Amino acid sequence: MTVAEQPEALTFECETGNYHTFCPISCVAWLYQKIEDSFFLVIGTKTCGYFLQNAMGVMIFAEPRYAMAELEEGDISAQLNDYEELKRLCLQIKRDRNPSVIVWIGTCTTEIIKMDLEGLAPKLEGEIGIPIVVARANGLDYAFTQGEDTVLAAMAARCPNKMIESEKDERNAIQKLLNFGQKKEETDQAESVFVDHPPLVLFGSLPDPVVTNLTLELKKQGIQVSGWLPAKRYTELPILEEGYYVSGVNPFLSRTASALMRRRKCKLIGAPFPIGPDGTRAWIEKICSVFGIEPKGLDEREAQIWQNLEDYLQLIRGKSVFFMGDNLLEISLARFLIRCGMTCPEIGIPYMDKRYQKAELDLLEKTCHDMGVSVPRIIEKPDNYNQLQRIHEIKPDLVITGMAHANPLEARGINTKWSVEFTFAQIHGFTNARDILELVTRPLRRNNNLKDLGWDKLVAEEAQV
Amino acid sequence: MKLAYWMYAGPAHIGTLRIASSFKNVHAIMHAPLGDDYFNVMRSMLERERNYTPVTTSVVDRNVLARGSQEKVVDNIIRKDQEEKPDLIVLTPTCTSSILQEDLQNFVERAQIDSKGDVMLADVNHYRANELQAADRTLHQIVEFYLKKARKKGELPEGKTEKPSVNIWGMTTLGFHNNHDCTELKRLMADLGIEVNEVIPEGASVHNLKNLPRAWFNLVPYREVGVMAAKYLQAEFAMPYIDITPMGIVETARCIRMIQKVLNEQGANVNYEDYIDNQTRFVSQAAWFSRSIDCQNLTGKKAVVFGDNTHAAALTKILAREMGIKVVLAGTYCKYDAEWFREQVGEYCDEILISEDNGEIGDAIARLEPSAIFGTQMERHVGKRLNIPCGVIAAPIHIQNFPVGYRPFVGYEGANQVVDLVYNSFTLGMEDHLLEIFGGHDTKEVIHKGISAESDLNWAKDAKAELNKVPGFVRGKVKRNTEKFARERGLSEITLEVMYAAKESVGA
Repeated sequence: MTVAEQPEALTFECETGNYHTFCPISCVAWLYQKIEDSFFLVIGTKTCGYFLQNAMGVMIFAEPRYAMAELEEGDISAQLNDYEELKRLCLQIKRDRNPSVIVWIGTCTTEIIKMDLEGLAPKLEGEIGIPIVVARANGLDYAFTQGEDTVLAAMAARCPNKMIESEKDERNAIQKLLNFGQKKEETDQAESVFVDHPPLVLFGSLPDPVVTNLTLELKKQGIQVSGWLPAKRYTELPILEEGYYVSGVNPFLSRTASALMRRRKCKLIGAPFPIGPDGTRAWIEKICSVFGIEPKGLDEREAQIWQNLEDYLQLIRGKSVFFMGDNLLEISLARFLIRCGMTCPEIGIPYMDKRYQKAELDLLEKTCHDMGVSVPRIIEKPDNYNQLQRIHEIKPDLVITGMAHANPLEARGINTKWSVEFTFAQIHGFTNARDILELVTRPLRRNNNLKDLGWDKLVAEEAQV
Repeated sequence: MKLAYWMYAGPAHIGTLRIASSFKNVHAIMHAPLGDDYFNVMRSMLERERNYTPVTTSVVDRNVLARGSQEKVVDNIIRKDQEEKPDLIVLTPTCTSSILQEDLQNFVERAQIDSKGDVMLADVNHYRANELQAADRTLHQIVEFYLKKARKKGELPEGKTEKPSVNIWGMTTLGFHNNHDCTELKRLMADLGIEVNEVIPEGASVHNLKNLPRAWFNLVPYREVGVMAAKYLQAEFAMPYIDITPMGIVETARCIRMIQKVLNEQGANVNYEDYIDNQTRFVSQAAWFSRSIDCQNLTGKKAVVFGDNTHAAALTKILAREMGIKVVLAGTYCKYDAEWFREQVGEYCDEILISEDNGEIGDAIARLEPSAIFGTQMERHVGKRLNIPCGVIAAPIHIQNFPVGYRPFVGYEGANQVVDLVYNSFTLGMEDHLLEIFGGHDTKEVIHKGISAESDLNWAKDAKAELNKVPGFVRGKVKRNTEKFARERGLSEITLEVMYAAKESVGA
């Protein structure tokens, strides 16, 4: 009986893993755009190719820098030589696109037939003179956004160790160009706004405007960001030396984090992720505390943001949200939405790294207590069928789910938001908090517009036998 | 290995899933890794389907790789049998299971012992068949399964229906305008006094398959799906089938005449000539259109046609024979059935292209410079790049090719629709050229809204750079809102800070 007085702790359950998510090879769709001089070659079958062309919609038409190396029966039965085949295709890519790096995405098929991509790459790299990075982003092991994690973990190994003097000028060349016209003193002066702290490198692929935004937030605290993994170009990957500090901006980067810690001997700042004003503030505070900096003006900044969100908050306060789980952003988003005044009965998530997400989980628990709502059940590897039963039972106000279930749920009168949009929208930092709520409230605003029409259930209920 | 950016026909399991999910109360279980169930997304998105797609996955993960599926597949089948009580569960292999070479047939047999419904393994090989071939094969397999079962139990109904009747084949989920075509064909059959015995597979129940032989004949409007099953029924039950696609005025008439022949051979004594004549000359607008001045202007214009066998062949014939348009190239991606295509379009076009490589088709279009293209979504994008209008006539297609309004391609109403599609493509092209000759619209300058586009406010360099990263179509709005924000606060310079502050406060 005394237990009841203890604040509830988070509970973790695991279901069957029978859920819908995107294949991790989908990461090529945003990574090829982020890393401008890259070429992504997905070594797989028609199944993989069809997924990319359908899931990525119109992007395929913009002459993408990605392609399939489509395996044929001869490749599977080893009648063809993998090395020769890959060499032929990579030379073709070099001739047509001349990229600075070719990223091979290993798939389920290359795993099953045990194609030694990691072994073939260094040899071929030497022969054709283009770096080849191997990431095994397959559906046997990973879900959706974890694809980016496998690519960045592989890229982490390619970050230069120490700057070579001759290269320094070359690297600065672009910087110089950008500063063209600015006096030297000005640039020097700009540097002095930073506090003296060990180098900090952030990891996670974000659109450039968000990178600028987060970098600026840290600059306000006197923290200098020495580099981002990934950078805009492969040739601009950040320097990583032993003892550098690193921090992740997304919840699904646990392999990258361990690669940086174990292989590059960097120190990881484990913080909540800068999603929502509460998350952004906690993220900045944690980084400041590691560097012994007293954060300035965060209180007012956060309060100001919340105030500006008030119109949206009014729409969702007291409503419930159910995460079916498919992109690993779920914990951070749920934490933010609970702070917004929502309740959350269930957070489904494909994979839960309790160590990498520790600070985020702690913040979630704290947020629930602060807001006086019960903690969500966290369901790892959920079972969509069971989840649908639970959804129909508890009738949440909003279900965040994949496209496979969105229309059927809407037809049954349950509001949904397509989860993939959170991966592609700009959701990080103080500035983008409004964008998250713009997405979350859209179905509710739609309802307000259509409310008196009386046709919210649009499916013929079959007779229950 | 093949370097591929795009494919016209999907992998084999998509074909199987299209068939399985078209039937009522049939569930498919894919033997596949996580993420291969994107079929559900396609169906839910493109068809705006209100019901849950009856497809689940028996997930192949590391454990399965190391130790085999063991009980997993069997358990998943039995579980689904209890949860959804489907009439049939189709275990669907994928590229992954093709290489794992597990004995899926054995799983099916074991699962059948404990399942109330039927369980079947789709007999398709990922590396040998594409989506269309697999769909044809799976449909045949299901039909054969239930007819054999009925025969064994002695449940096959005797004889034919009293009045002439037909089975309509090949209507599937995710098929190009299939639902509209189906309605149009039913209407046509009603006009001809023919009862529709069964429509297969869309909306059909497997329990009704035993009734298939009661129809007087089978109508297979699409070349890609249904021919195998129709041939099977011909061999087993001596049922005649008609595989003339009633697309376009001439082919529709030919199809109806063939129906007349088939029915009369069975003693129906029907004559549809008056009906054909009346429809052609007075009801449908397509024949009149081809005589009208509008269509005269199209004479000799160049067009390229590309798509699946059914639609590319039909469109080629319509353009050449019914509208006097010069088809400079007709092509198909159905490589496995290329002979049929050549035979169909041989006399109606200058050049034939059989290819699955979108680059090759793009190059051909660029070389031939047609006035209009009729192709898939891929050709539409080629057209965009080359500034040539394109009408979409075949899959692969996007959501806009699943119109809510009534848009059949077959029958007399279908002929009307095709006329609109063709004519609109060409006039748009003409209008475009005229505009070019006369220097474009004179209203091209954007009329700005309230606040002048050129402003007194000074944009800092970094803020300007940031503004340029904003996608073009909202950039103006962001700029205006930011400036309004700055002006309200009496700021003279817009820095990055101001930009963010504006966004935070007004969502600029």
